[in-house]
Amino acid sequence: MVTKPNISAAPPATNPAATLTKEEIQRYSRHLIMPEVGMDGQLKLKQAKVLCIGTGGLGAPLGLYLAAAGVGRIGLVDFDTVDATNLQRQILFSTTDVGRPKIAAAADRLRGLNPDIQIDTYETRLTSDNALDLFKDYDIIVDGTDNFPTRYLVNDACILLGKQNVYGSIFRFEGQITVFGAPGGPCYRCLYPEPPPPGLVPSCAEGGVLGVLPGIVGSIQAAETLKLIIGKAESLVGRLLLFDALAMRFRELKLRKNPECPVCGTHPTVTKLIDYVQFCGIRGEEAPAPQTNIPEITPRDLKTRLDRGDDLFILDVREPHEFQICNLGGHLIPLGDLSRRVNELDSSREIVAHCRSGKRSAEAIEFLRGAGFRKIWNLKGGILAWSDEVDPSIPKY
Amino acid sequence: MPVKVIIPTPLRPYAGKQESVELEATTVGEALTGLTTRFGELKKHLFADDGRLRSFVNVYVNDEDIRYLQKDQTSVREGDIISIVPSIAGGSRI
Repeated sequence: MVTKPNISAAPPATNPAATLTKEEIQRYSRHLIMPEVGMDGQLKLKQAKVLCIGTGGLGAPLGLYLAAAGVGRIGLVDFDTVDATNLQRQILFSTTDVGRPKIAAAADRLRGLNPDIQIDTYETRLTSDNALDLFKDYDIIVDGTDNFPTRYLVNDACILLGKQNVYGSIFRFEGQITVFGAPGGPCYRCLYPEPPPPGLVPSCAEGGVLGVLPGIVGSIQAAETLKLIIGKAESLVGRLLLFDALAMRFRELKLRKNPECPVCGTHPTVTKLIDYVQFCGIRGEEAPAPQTNIPEITPRDLKTRLDRGDDLFILDVREPHEFQICNLGGHLIPLGDLSRRVNELDSSREIVAHCRSGKRSAEAIEFLRGAGFRKIWNLKGGILAWSDEVDPSIPKY
Repeated sequence: MPVKVIIPTPLRPYAGKQESVELEATTVGEALTGLTTRFGELKKHLFADDGRLRSFVNVYVNDEDIRYLQKDQTSVREGDIISIVPSIAGGSRI
């Protein structure tokens, strides 16, 4: 008895997501020939739905690799526009994108890379009102945001919906990566029950970041996301991966589920989304905490007083490497050294303290007032405002 | 016993800009007290006013979280590495 050899590559496609076209087979060939991915894995990628929160430093390599790998539906959430300081690390964007909404520039780039996938764009701020709605259609959420309220919001929304959260975070040259919200696995609140109070941890804008760091961390998030979808590898669930780009060292810490966790523990107390800005103790978005008792002087008023020859002592509380970028000719004492070097200041003279944006100098003034200084003012808006309002030749950084 | 405490990037400005500090200690609590005695400014970043470790700062002995060991009473042996791991939030502004 002669049987006909079965030469059909796949069953007749009723659902296009259940098979790959000839072009797709060619595009994903380097995946298909790997047994760890293969046709099964590639079809899972094609059917997968991943939501990327943020299209910045972490979201850039993440989006690129997910799109390149053939993740069938990628959602992007961002409300920012591309600015020149982004280009040092946000490799989704070109110089010509400066001024464009990030979401539009990112979608163009990803569609150009892979026209076969669906890119959904949400040009909005992620809030407690829209998070559950945005997340519900996706399988995996990838967190690439830069602030604590959004971190806790993403975590809680993922736990409430039972979604996995591929977490990556960076600071200067250090990164943290893990997967939260896996069945039986820990969540962000198991790791850090509460956020730091505002002002205690400098933001990326203040602290800086090595351009390639988010590239590495975002790529690891992409790898974890692909592995979760394909489902055949050991993920970072239960492990916190630490990366130090200066020492070029990876370390791994054990991450445990906290049975007392208010969100994912056995008796959760957080059962719906809360006000995360309030939870993190921040009243204004990105704004420095209001310093009600700090006397201020505007850049224009300072210029007027200097021009008329008033005896003002300019105290610059930034770091020496910032002083090198631009300065107002002030006396440099970094905020961290102020308590040790306060004897360099003469409390009988009028002092105007400044930093980059006015936040650190406000802290300096609080400290100096505690030390008995009375004739002291904060330069409102710092050297950035001075550049805007008085001397545009001062570069902004 | 000499143990090494790894200082995370955000806290290095308050620890003489050092990546790590060697200290003599038999428990985690002793090591952290020794550390904040040497670097006074670190104290407010590690401990709340009530003296407890802040909830956004985790401490590990080797790869174990001290919250799941004996907390600050966790004993340390020569060659152990204590890591201070605060939460960081960097990424894209959204």
